[in-house]
Amino acid sequence: MLWPDTADASLWRAFRRQFVRHGKSLLATPSDAANPLLFFFMVVTLFPIGLGPDPDLLAKMAPGILWVVALLSSLMVSAKLFASDFEDGSVEQMALAPYPLAVLALAEVSAHWLATGFVLALTAPLFGIMLGLPIHALPALVASLFLGTQCLLLIGAVGSALTVSIRRGGLLLSLLILPLNIPVLIFGSAAVSEAVQHGNVLSWLALLAAMALAALVLAPLAVGAALRISLDN
Amino acid sequence: MALISARGVSIERGDRRLLEGVGLVVEPGHLWQLLGPNGVGKSSLLRALAGVTTLGVGGEIVRETRMLYLGHAAAIKRALNPVDNLLYHPASDAGLARETVEEALARVNLAGYEAVSVGALSAGQQRRVGLARLVLSQAQLWILDEPFTALDTAGCQWLEALIREHVSAGGAVIFTSHQASPFGASQQQLDLMRHVVA
Repeated sequence: MLWPDTADASLWRAFRRQFVRHGKSLLATPSDAANPLLFFFMVVTLFPIGLGPDPDLLAKMAPGILWVVALLSSLMVSAKLFASDFEDGSVEQMALAPYPLAVLALAEVSAHWLATGFVLALTAPLFGIMLGLPIHALPALVASLFLGTQCLLLIGAVGSALTVSIRRGGLLLSLLILPLNIPVLIFGSAAVSEAVQHGNVLSWLALLAAMALAALVLAPLAVGAALRISLDN
Repeated sequence: MALISARGVSIERGDRRLLEGVGLVVEPGHLWQLLGPNGVGKSSLLRALAGVTTLGVGGEIVRETRMLYLGHAAAIKRALNPVDNLLYHPASDAGLARETVEEALARVNLAGYEAVSVGALSAGQQRRVGLARLVLSQAQLWILDEPFTALDTAGCQWLEALIREHVSAGGAVIFTSHQASPFGASQQQLDLMRHVVA
């Protein structure tokens, strides 16, 4: 019998396989992925009731509200990102696989982002209208959330990978990643506020895009290293 | 040529030193059973040999071949069906065909369960899904942590035959088991009680 030395080490194949695996499990348990969106919907519904139906006030606060809720819902997603994988031994097997852990982790995060952040960005105009955000600011809202949720989830993935082996690591996770998320919140809500005032949206979006790209390159490496550390615990 | 060799390996968990001075040379055709009561450090040693953990592992471990490690948790997603679980398993060989996977499932007696989500299967059947990876794998060295757990008599016999087949084809297996070993004189044993730190 022949013992092949290496597995087929095509990174793209490994990425795609992990992406499909995670995507299929998300599709099989849609409530997990839908929870953050539902949370977003509930909070956005509550604000007009709590603040009173003054359209000017709501429109002025809408960018901040939408972005804060987006940040909180991404925190919800991050807290659970690698939990089930850690429990069922998937992280172990990912670490032993003949592919870089960073690539497999990026595949998981990508699938997760498609199911949460991307869907949130797509449905955001609806929430914007609920808060009286002017129609001309909606494209900026979608674009800023499209870029911003990537940053938030990638940063959250690093925190999740670091705290996954700790029981009740949720609070620690928030403490770790909230400071890193604040720049995203500032640029994101600034982009939407500028759009409301017909200001310069593109410069803010460019900053968000730069952060998303940096996170895309750096975060998977950190996630891979953090998952290995968690396995040692 | 040794597939894996360990020299003077010590294992620490937290601030407790479990084992020290463990030595092991596994060559093609070897079948090793690790012995010792609960908590002696069998699983920790297997994880160290497989390379899952590095922290608290002292000594020298040289790995010369591809390994398949099957721990207590087999990385089987409850929400997915057995076919998807094996097809998209993170550590399996890339480019598996669906037919190959279905054949492997038939060999672990799960034909007809291809479309059922694993969460709906019994504990023994879930275990079999994980064991189907042995059929699919081309790794030369298998590291199996309690592979006979939750299997019925027929399942144990099947796994026993599979391990014999793998070893006689030039593979090697390191395993732990609390049941009396069915392999008799054909296996090597490593009694970890002799390496426990007093």
